[in-house]
Amino acid sequence: MTALPGGLRARLRRVVRLLPLLAVAACNIASADEGVVTLRFWGMGREGEVVAELIKDFERENPNIRVESQQIPWTAAHEKLLTAHVGRSTPDVAQLGNTWIAEFAAIGALESLDSLVASSTEINRASYFDGIWATNVVDNTLFGVPWYVDTRLVFYRKDLLAQAGYDSLPQSWAEWLEAMRAIKRNVGDRRYVIFLPSNEWMQPVVFGMQKGATLLRDDDRYGDFRSPEFREAFDFYLSMYREGLAPAMGHNDVANAYQEFERGFFAMWITGPWNMGEFKRRLAPESQSLWGTAPLPGPTGAASGYSNAGGASVVLFRNSRYKEEAWKLIEFLSRPEQQQRFYELTGSLPARKETWERSNLAEDEHARAFWLQLQRTRALPAVPEIETIMSRVIEYSEASIRGNAPAAQSLTGLDAAVDRILEKRRWVLDRESTASAEQQR
Amino acid sequence: MSTVITPTAAATPSSAAGREKPTRSEDNRAGWFFIAPALVLIGVFFFLPVGGSLLLSITDFDIYAIADPRNARVVWLRNYIDLLSNPVFWTAVKNTFYFALVGGPLTVATSLGAALLINARIVKYKAFFRTVFFIPFVTTLVAVAIVWRYLYHPQYGFLNYMLGWFGLGPIEWLGDPRWAMPSIILMAVWKNFGYNMLIFLAGLQNIPGELYEASDLDGAGPLRQFWHITLPMLAPTFLFVGVITMIGYFQLFAEPYVMTSGGPLRSTTSLVLLMYEEGFRWWRMGVAAAVAFILFLIILAWTQLQFRLQREGR
Repeated sequence: MTALPGGLRARLRRVVRLLPLLAVAACNIASADEGVVTLRFWGMGREGEVVAELIKDFERENPNIRVESQQIPWTAAHEKLLTAHVGRSTPDVAQLGNTWIAEFAAIGALESLDSLVASSTEINRASYFDGIWATNVVDNTLFGVPWYVDTRLVFYRKDLLAQAGYDSLPQSWAEWLEAMRAIKRNVGDRRYVIFLPSNEWMQPVVFGMQKGATLLRDDDRYGDFRSPEFREAFDFYLSMYREGLAPAMGHNDVANAYQEFERGFFAMWITGPWNMGEFKRRLAPESQSLWGTAPLPGPTGAASGYSNAGGASVVLFRNSRYKEEAWKLIEFLSRPEQQQRFYELTGSLPARKETWERSNLAEDEHARAFWLQLQRTRALPAVPEIETIMSRVIEYSEASIRGNAPAAQSLTGLDAAVDRILEKRRWVLDRESTASAEQQR
Repeated sequence: MSTVITPTAAATPSSAAGREKPTRSEDNRAGWFFIAPALVLIGVFFFLPVGGSLLLSITDFDIYAIADPRNARVVWLRNYIDLLSNPVFWTAVKNTFYFALVGGPLTVATSLGAALLINARIVKYKAFFRTVFFIPFVTTLVAVAIVWRYLYHPQYGFLNYMLGWFGLGPIEWLGDPRWAMPSIILMAVWKNFGYNMLIFLAGLQNIPGELYEASDLDGAGPLRQFWHITLPMLAPTFLFVGVITMIGYFQLFAEPYVMTSGGPLRSTTSLVLLMYEEGFRWWRMGVAAAVAFILFLIILAWTQLQFRLQREGR
C-alpha cells in the first residue's frame, strides 16, 4: 500500500468509505422489487431503441410492472431468438418480423393469442389491414399482433416521368412498360429507368403474387415457381433487365442509391416506407418536389397491383411466466395513440387504421400511396422454411439476371432446390397425418 | 566386462523393490492421479462434445426437431453427400483454400520480413516498432474491421484515394466479387503478422552470433548468410509458425462475418461461416456438424502434409 501514489490512495479510501452506502442502496432496490413483476422485451434495430420511450409511460400506468427492454440488431436477431428458445431463455414479449412467425410458431415458441384478442377491449381485428393481419395467422391460429407495417411500392422522379409525357405512374404492367421505354428513350444508354436490386427476392416474388402465383403447392409441400403465373411474372421481371430498363446491379454495386436517384441514374425504385424519411433527409431541398410515390402497377391494372405484406408484430412467448402482464404490454403498444407516437419516433408505418386517420397520414403526399398499397397486400406462404426459400429465389434469379441463364432453367433449378428444402416438411406432415389417422381408427 | 555389469544390473531391481522407490504400477497410479483432472476436463469439454457432434452430423436435426425431438431422423451420410453436391459448399471450400493458401504464406513472409527488419543492427527504437507491429494482433477484430471498412469504401475510402494519386480507377474493394477476398486477405495479414513476428524474433535471437562471424570471415554476403544460416536455423520456428497460421486461417470466420457477411455473390463465404449460417441462422445442426467434420479432416490432412514436407526438407 505504501508504494501507491497519494492520489490513488485517497481515491481508494473514498471508495472504501462509500461501500456501506452502496450496500444500503442495494437493499433498498431489493426491497422495492417485492410485488413487482419484471417483463423482458426484445426489440430490433431502431424500433428496439425507441420503444424505451413508450415503455416509460407503460411503467407509469402500471407501477407493479417493470419492463427490461433489450435492443438486438436485425442481422443477429434470428439466431439470437432461436438460441434463446433452445436455451429456454426467451423474453416475455418481443418484436418479430412477420416472415418469422410461422417458424417460431412451428417450434412451439409462441403463445396463441386468439382467446386474448377475442376478450380484449383494446385490440380489434377490424382496425388492422387484412393482408398484414393474415401474416400472423398460422394454421388458423393467431400468434402475433401487427405492430408496424411495411410494403413495397414505386418511388419515382416526377420530372423524368413528365418529360416522357406522363403526369402519373400508369397502373397496368403494359402501360408501365411503355412509360419506362419512353423514359429510356429520353435518358439514353448510360442511364436506366428502374432500380430493381438484383439481390432482392421481393420484386420477382411480388410480381408473381400479382399474377396469382402461390409460390408453393400441395399444402406448401413443393415449390411451384414453374407455374404459368410465376413464369409470366418472371419473364416480365427479366424483360426490364434485358431491355436495359433496369441495371443488372445489386445493392453493393450502387454505392449511394439516393445520389444516383437524384442525378437521374434511374427514375424509379421499388422500395419501402423507411425511404420516405431517407429521401427527405438525403435529397437536396431543390429535389424535394421532384419525387413521388405510387402503388405498384398490376398485370391488369390497379386492382391487381398487390405488394407484399411486410412489417413486424409483437408476440408473446409460451415460456413467459407473466403472460397477463405481458399481454397488457402488447395491448398498450397497440393503442392508436402509442402507435402514433411510435410512428413519430421511428417513421415506421402504424398497423392500425385509426392511427392513419387521426394523424392525417392517409392524406400525406408521400404516405398516401402506402395507405392505398396496404389495402392490397399478399402474404408469403406461412412455412418455417420461407427465409431459406427466399434466399434461393435470389440465387436463381441472379443467375438469370447476371449470368444470362434462360428463365426456364432458373425456375426449374429453383423448384428443385425448394423441393429439397421442403423434404423435411413433407415428412413431418405425412407423419402427423398417419398418426392422426391411426388415432381415429 | 559382463561380470562388472551383472551385479550392478542385479542390484538395480533389488533397490527398486525396496521401500524408497515405488513399483511400476504405483508409479502409473500416481501418474494417472496427476493427469486425472486434465483428462476429466478434456473428456467433458472436448471428447464428449466432439462425439456428440459426430452423432449430430448423421442426423437431420433442425428446427422441427427443436419442437419435437422425434422429428430428428438418422440419415447416416446424407448430410455429407448433400454437402458434396451443394455448389455453395464447394464455393466455401474454394474460398477457404484461397484465403489459407494465399493469406497464410503472405502472413508468414510478412512476419519474417518484419522480424528481420526489427532484428537488424542498424534499426533504432526496436521496442517501439515491436509494439507497433504487435498492436493490430491484440486489437478487437470488430473494431479493426470497421476501420478497414472505411479504408475500403469505394468512394470515400483512403485506399481508393491513394490509387487516385497514380491515376488508377477506384476499386470496389468489398463490393466486387473478384476483389472481396484479396481485401479480406490484406486485412488479415495486417492484423495477424505481429504475433508470428514475435516468434520469429525469438527464433532469430537464438541463432548464435558465432555462425554469422564465421561466415563473415569466409566472405559470405548477407544474402548467403540469410539462405545458409538464418533460414536453416529458423526451420523449427517455421514449422511452428506455418502450422499454427494455417490451422487458424482454415478457420476463417470473423473477418467475412463482420465485413461482408459472406458476399458479394458468396465470394467470401468460408467453411466456418457456412457452418455458422447452417447451424445458427437456419438451425440445421446436422448439416453444420457435417461441415465441421469435413473442415476437421481438411485441417488434419493439411497439418500432416506440412509435417511430412518439413521432415523431407531436412
